[in-house]
Amino acid sequence: MVTQTMLEPHTQQDQTRRIVIEPLTRVEGHGKVSILLDENNQVTEARLHIVEFRGFERFIQGRPFWEVPVLVQRLCGICPVSHHLCAAKAMDQIVGVDELTPTAEKIRRLMHYGQIFQSHALHFFYLASPDLLFGFESEPAMRNVVGVASVYPDLARQGVLMRKYGQEIIRATAGKRIHGTGAVPGGVNKNLSVVERDALLRDIDQMLDWSRQAVAIAAEYVEKNAETLADFGSFESNYLSIVREDGAMDLYDGSLRAVDADGQIIFDGVVPQDYAKVLAEEVRPWSYMKFPFIRSLGPEWGWYRVGPLARLNTCQFIDTPEADAAREKFRDWSGGRPCHSTLAYHWARMVEVLHAAEKIRELLHDPDLQGTDLMATGERREEAVAILEAPRGTLFHHYRVDRQDRVVMANLIVSTTSNNEAMNRSIRKVAEDYLSGKPEISEAMLNHVEVAIRAYDPCLSCATHAYGQMPLEVRLTNSAGETLDVKRRP
Amino acid sequence: MNCPARSILLIGYGNPARADDGLGPALAEWFERLSLPRLTVDADYQLTVEDAAEAARHDVVLFADASLNGPEPFWIKRLEPATAGVGFSSHGVQPEAVLALARDLFQAEPEGYLVGIRGYDFSMFRSVLTPKAQENLAAAAAYLESALTNSTPLVTAACADWLADNSL
Repeated sequence: MVTQTMLEPHTQQDQTRRIVIEPLTRVEGHGKVSILLDENNQVTEARLHIVEFRGFERFIQGRPFWEVPVLVQRLCGICPVSHHLCAAKAMDQIVGVDELTPTAEKIRRLMHYGQIFQSHALHFFYLASPDLLFGFESEPAMRNVVGVASVYPDLARQGVLMRKYGQEIIRATAGKRIHGTGAVPGGVNKNLSVVERDALLRDIDQMLDWSRQAVAIAAEYVEKNAETLADFGSFESNYLSIVREDGAMDLYDGSLRAVDADGQIIFDGVVPQDYAKVLAEEVRPWSYMKFPFIRSLGPEWGWYRVGPLARLNTCQFIDTPEADAAREKFRDWSGGRPCHSTLAYHWARMVEVLHAAEKIRELLHDPDLQGTDLMATGERREEAVAILEAPRGTLFHHYRVDRQDRVVMANLIVSTTSNNEAMNRSIRKVAEDYLSGKPEISEAMLNHVEVAIRAYDPCLSCATHAYGQMPLEVRLTNSAGETLDVKRRP
Repeated sequence: MNCPARSILLIGYGNPARADDGLGPALAEWFERLSLPRLTVDADYQLTVEDAAEAARHDVVLFADASLNGPEPFWIKRLEPATAGVGFSSHGVQPEAVLALARDLFQAEPEGYLVGIRGYDFSMFRSVLTPKAQENLAAAAAYLESALTNSTPLVTAACADWLADNSL
């Protein structure tokens, strides 16, 4: 059972000062953190603010359903493949298809594992590794992939080439990198040619080897820093993910399982269509983003975490041998219980990289990928719910389509929304531990807050950024709104 | 048709769902259709560090982007790899950083050029270029095709002077 109290507004704000970290760096999209300190510099409130894209749900309405798998890719320039596949899974149901042809199912899975592989590699090597390699208080100019390249060129090169490999899989299966069209309602529109397969097979063993090394780096980091990390932005929580019928991790399809902090099942085997029976979303006045929770536990106790850490905590095993061995080591480290260390997300993420690499190799050797039976058909339906494990966590797409083939309702729950409460709690925990009582705020202290957020790999925006437009600004204001101090970093 | 003398990578980047911000990918599509020998074409929402790996495999890299300002219909300038200390945030990197990573990680120093095609409307949820931007795109494509196939200098003296005078 979750034990922390709710993050509600500080009631006596007349003697407080506010710190704002805006925009957050090395996370996807725009966000800001505000931290409220009382007259003794004790943290009384800490919040993550995100611009969310509920507008897209309206934008989709009125469009023909077959456009949706392409259209939703505009939701997010960071992980368009996840939205593409989840929407395609929903539209399969709309065209009455419950089972794809083997070729279509495997092509989509290959695309998805390519997406997981490149996204996790990007996060670990580009966004997180500077903190892990150089320390949270290292020179800011070094805390980026260029800095990593200057000190650890081999590691940086691996990160670049792993990301590139995943992108090549996406290109081969989706047709192109922008607005790919590979998945269509009822199947796929292309298979994998022998030439494409052989090109990908050429490098898969190298990718596997680097994935093993990445798991070792992440595991070693967590083990060496166990004392600090056990508490860093961490707390007990519930976890949610998709699992296969037999309890295996499945990133593409399955049913919903939620476990509590002790690993006890809260619900299991929930089919996508019943998601609203077990989950609800709460609105809070200070945030644009909703707060999902498990209905049976209510908003106070029912919040949960999703993503790599959650997936390793909910599944019983992984169906690829090397990743399963890595999962067992991970599980042993947390004493056979769910792991609650927020920074262990990185370790779990690399276990999934290894799993994705193993799956990619397995699929590339499967002749079904060269099959020509690409489409299935069925009887038209009007409502569909699809779920998918996106790199950052469980993704929900819910649509209704009218008889004129137009989408009349769309509801999307993205993984960052599911982690909303947990990210806020991590921020508050780190702020209390590292900022409370300190008269001066250093850039390094603020980076601790960002380190906690980065562990979740949130995707805060579908918008893209021009370089040079993501400075960090820290503003100190008194309760009257007067600025006391401003710190910026370029 | 002549063949470019050196291997060339064209990366068009921008968001096609934001009207003229899609000029970079539109130029990439244009050259994809031409299928020039020794020309590799790529498109993305924005430049990423893995573009350095592909850049390192070519003699020349053309980065094509929409331009908020600058001369019409387009401009081209020579780029140098970013020097030490240049920052990096999230996914988006500058073309100079891509060249620096190609040099530092893959020991390659391709010639880099930035092609800025003038755009006017960058509204969300508009997937078409404005008529004026389409004209600018056609002008840039015609110029580049001629320069690449005839191996003439990409940057004219007049353009270089204008960019220098306007701090671009």
